[in-house]
Amino acid sequence: MRFLLRRLGFYLLAAWVALTLNFFLPRLMPGDPATALFARFRGRLGPEAMQALRETFGLTDAPLLSQYLTYLAHALRGDLGISVAYFPSPVTEVIATGLIWTIFLAGTAVVVSFAIGTLLGVAAAWWRRGWVDTWLPSLLVFLGAFPYFWLAMVALYVLGFTLGWFPLGHAYGDDLTPGFSVAFFADVARHAVLPIGTIVIATLGGWLLSMRNTMIAILGSDYVNLARAKGLPASRVALRYAARNALLPSVTGFGMALGFVLGGSLLTEIVFSYPGQGYLLVQAVRNQDYPLMQGIFLVITLAVLAANWLVDLVYLWLDPRTRESAS
Amino acid sequence: MMPEAARVTGVAVWWDAIRRDRKATFGAILLALFVLVGVVGPWLVGDPDALVGIPLQPPSAEHWFGTNGQGQDVLAQVVVGTRVSLAIGFGVGLAVVLFGALVGVTAGYFGGRVDGLLSILFNVFLVLPGLPLAIVIAAYLPSGPLTLGLVLVVTGWAWNARVLRAQTLALRRRDFVAAAVVAGESNWRILTSEILPNMMSLVVAQTIGSTVYAIGAQVGLEFLGLGDVSAVTWGTNLYWAQNDSALLTGAWWTFAPTGLCVALVGFALTMLNSGFDEITNPRLQMERAWRAHLLARDQKPTRSTPVVPDHD
Repeated sequence: MRFLLRRLGFYLLAAWVALTLNFFLPRLMPGDPATALFARFRGRLGPEAMQALRETFGLTDAPLLSQYLTYLAHALRGDLGISVAYFPSPVTEVIATGLIWTIFLAGTAVVVSFAIGTLLGVAAAWWRRGWVDTWLPSLLVFLGAFPYFWLAMVALYVLGFTLGWFPLGHAYGDDLTPGFSVAFFADVARHAVLPIGTIVIATLGGWLLSMRNTMIAILGSDYVNLARAKGLPASRVALRYAARNALLPSVTGFGMALGFVLGGSLLTEIVFSYPGQGYLLVQAVRNQDYPLMQGIFLVITLAVLAANWLVDLVYLWLDPRTRESAS
Repeated sequence: MMPEAARVTGVAVWWDAIRRDRKATFGAILLALFVLVGVVGPWLVGDPDALVGIPLQPPSAEHWFGTNGQGQDVLAQVVVGTRVSLAIGFGVGLAVVLFGALVGVTAGYFGGRVDGLLSILFNVFLVLPGLPLAIVIAAYLPSGPLTLGLVLVVTGWAWNARVLRAQTLALRRRDFVAAAVVAGESNWRILTSEILPNMMSLVVAQTIGSTVYAIGAQVGLEFLGLGDVSAVTWGTNLYWAQNDSALLTGAWWTFAPTGLCVALVGFALTMLNSGFDEITNPRLQMERAWRAHLLARDQKPTRSTPVVPDHD
């Protein structure tokens, strides 16, 4: 319990850093985003509306500290301001439209990649210098060297455009209305194969190597030798004794990989015109929609922090030592 | 009198490591090729911005990689892009490690409250998702190589700091450092002549890894249009390919060569790194010696670590 609380404290701190960065970045930068912002609205909004806009962004003449406190109070209430490009929708509303897709895409990709990569790592270490161990790591490292979005472009070109096996973009067909129907879910799955597949292929190598290297070290340890000497079945030794312990560093890396994969999936979304955060983010950058851009950064950060905390829960379950030291 | 092997230091050690390991040799040759293209290539191909023909022509004898959506020669764009992207990649890779080392070594060496604060700092930066943060910062700054470099350093230094802190901490507890402290050496001297030389192989590995990161992240940001879109780099090539809907017009040649280059450079650097690891990692070295020993006796090595063989 103490372990979890300490981690929670850390994530709260990280969230506060993200909030603070979000507040100070626009104010530290050369040029004035506010001016650019208001230039876009000139003629479209009356002075009162402009003043209201200024206030929602906290760009008032009040001292910096009170601006900061106002901003924090707004953020805690879930008020991230108003989108410029989608005026007058609040940022949170715009983000909500794409959040589920990004979480679905990046989440599924990370979990699938972790599961397959780790299992391959176990196989590579167990059958050391077998064909899995000889060819797969190099091949996957090579594939992992490609930018995700470039693999996505190639997959889209070959499997989508040339062969026509998969749709060319979006999360579901235009002729379907979202709902809890089999047809809808099947269509979503069909649209997700390429984006998720490319991310999985690009990230598989890292999991494989991390698992393989830890596993090799653990296979040489005394308790594994003892398990073998006792004549336990090979599968039990490989999975329950070696793999479970070798999993710990990979699980630690999982939290960090999340942020990384999320970044990659933002780019992948753009290639597939997938209606997630990445697509919104690029639109926000192109339209100089600073409130939306910062809102997306904040929401993604909070999602990553929450996911990290869940990973800590798994870690606690996997490693009894953390539980014992806590009690 | 020192033994012969122990006297080989500095560049010679790395040179030897590259020669001895097949992966490292391969990586080094591939990387050298790209550096050569980056240095010499731009003089051999024409002006990448010149209009040389009809847009979106497939590869031909005249234009080996075809032409892009603006009627420019793709080969010239890739070659000129190699120079810019590699320069930014290596520069940023080095800067990322230097900054990470500064923080990490300071934290590991001085310990106590300094360590506590700096550790929290880099751990926080490790969990903040890098690309969204980079996008937000880059969007506020004027686009250009300097912005790109700054953004990549800000989002990439934390991992290096963490690794180098751990290594410094381990070295700090060793006897020779304790001896230097007792002998009254200054902190600066202990750091530069006792600790840093002993983690050189790690620093080199980190620099290579950071360069891979820098090239990948740079291409990603430029693909989003956050670089200088009028410059010719690998990332902007892909940005224009996407913008000109190269995919949906079937013009694969506008994006395929650039992506391959990014991957080949990344792969070369990774191979170089894993080759170095085989040489400098004592565990892998032991295993290699053991295998050689077994093979000399016509026996097949079965398990990774030399232990009593069993029945499987």
